Amino acid sequence: MSTLTDTAPTRSRALSTTAPNPRPFRLVRHSLALAKRSLIKTWRTPEALIDVTLQPVLFLIIFVYVFGGAVAGSTHDYLQFLLPGILAQTIATGAIAIGVNLNTDIAKGIFDRFRSLPIPRSAPLVGAVLGDVVRYVIVTVSTLAIGYVMGFRIDTDLFRAIAGCLLAVLFALCLSWLPVLVSMKVRTAGAVQGVMFALIMPLSFASNVFVGADTLPGWMQAFVDVNPMTHLVASVRGLFLGTPLGNHVWWTLAWCAGFVAVFMPLALRAYRKKI
Amino acid sequence: MTADLVIEAEGLVKTFGKTRALQGVDLAVPRGTVLGVLGPNGAGKTTAVRILSTLLTPDGGTARISGFDVVRDAERVRQSIGLTGQYASVDEDLTGRQNLELFGTLLELGRAGARRRAAELLDWFDLTDAANRQAKTYSGGMRRRLDLAASLVGSPDVIFLDEPTTGLDPAKREDMWDVVRTLVNNGSTVLLTTQYLEEADALADAITVIDHGRVIAHDTPEGLKRVVGGQTLEVRPSDPAQLPRTAEILTQVGSGAQADEIRKGVLAVPVTDDAALTESVARFATAGIAVTELSLHLPSLDEVFFTLTGRTASEDDTTRPTEVAA
Repeated sequence: MSTLTDTAPTRSRALSTTAPNPRPFRLVRHSLALAKRSLIKTWRTPEALIDVTLQPVLFLIIFVYVFGGAVAGSTHDYLQFLLPGILAQTIATGAIAIGVNLNTDIAKGIFDRFRSLPIPRSAPLVGAVLGDVVRYVIVTVSTLAIGYVMGFRIDTDLFRAIAGCLLAVLFALCLSWLPVLVSMKVRTAGAVQGVMFALIMPLSFASNVFVGADTLPGWMQAFVDVNPMTHLVASVRGLFLGTPLGNHVWWTLAWCAGFVAVFMPLALRAYRKKI
Repeated sequence: MTADLVIEAEGLVKTFGKTRALQGVDLAVPRGTVLGVLGPNGAGKTTAVRILSTLLTPDGGTARISGFDVVRDAERVRQSIGLTGQYASVDEDLTGRQNLELFGTLLELGRAGARRRAAELLDWFDLTDAANRQAKTYSGGMRRRLDLAASLVGSPDVIFLDEPTTGLDPAKREDMWDVVRTLVNNGSTVLLTTQYLEEADALADAITVIDHGRVIAHDTPEGLKRVVGGQTLEVRPSDPAQLPRTAEILTQVGSGAQADEIRKGVLAVPVTDDAALTESVARFATAGIAVTELSLHLPSLDEVFFTLTGRTASEDDTTRPTEVAA
């Protein structure tokens, strides 16, 4: 630091005299730059991926080998039935992490720096949400990989299998605005986790993830029928195994649109009001 | 608006619940100068900086940066400011270089521009060797330098430094001061908050003293020092038996008051100018008095506050009535 004055960079431009930059797609470009930041963070802290990679492994092994025989008559049949459900459940739980991370980030102060920059206020949030797509892809790939090792096989074709994976990733991407909203509203990262598990758990158990909905009592079937998780699981099952798709894909897409339409504006508003 | 004022605030008011953080603060900083905002913890310094840097909306009053209103033209304001404080931080999981490049990209420098600017700043702040390490592995001083570098990526005209040297050791503090001087030489306008009169004296062209969300003094460092009693010369003779003779000499070089034994074996006397230091050294030499310690001190924040308000800076805030007197 002794030679500071000699090496000080010259000031290249006077920012205050220029008008706000009118370059198009600012929100997109800034969000992508910030998504890259999330990616680097994910890459740097692989231990943060343990929950989302370990959870499907444990659930598949426990449910398939403990309940498989009783529920479906054979472990292989149950694995075929269960894997799309576990994928949906894991990817939805994986979306919780963004709320936890955002809450930690805001407490650390990096967001105040972002807010002092001439970028769209929502860019840091949109960036974080987009950056987590990679996490969902990792969840999908690792769930399918462990399933394959255990004997799971796609019964349809590559095109439909990929469509199923993309639908699951899209679902998590849209759903993640809910944990983002929660992270703006509660004080600690632990509270985000607690609130989100309380919301996600009923959605994944009161559904067709583990058993067919027709075995459930009527009052619960009513809930299961509207449960977004049910539609996602039925869609993925159809796309992976060729079971009837019905309107499930449309319902899933409608839920995705609903999540974004409701939770994204609320989350952005809460973010602007926070601090 | 006065053409030359880069930072202007009038009557800023901000309330958090029952806490009146700011109760009508005026600030004015001419172009290319440093304003030192001096005050104890909880005086409202950080709140004022957060309003000026568009992070907070004031409940009352107005503020302009380079002529742009911090509320109505927040976007314009953000284009010309750089902010450094404990809260405006960097990403600890990213390396120093990744942090600076990210801010460069967000400031529209372009890929190559962001890379060049990051390299330039890393070099300037002596962080090139640590550039590819995660920021969480940095020492306190390195971290502070990276924070400051991050706020300079866009070559801002106006720089807010919220307690930039709190917690740094004296050598690191001097380094930080050099940086601030360089920035001002290059034409930037700086608003610096601090708890140290010494720091404000070393850097600022003018000092605003804030207490309980209100300005209690605004002056040049010289003027403020005149009010609060200037400097104190402290001497510790090697032989305690020499204390009376040392005191005699100190009283002669001092500004009139009697030399006092402020700690065991240490004498102090108020002095008006730096020449008193050399004069006392010469007189001790003539008198054959050896000294182990000899130093010139500015009054501490506590002493400044005691002089200005009649109470110490650390006194409990809640005991004081908060209604506006004028």
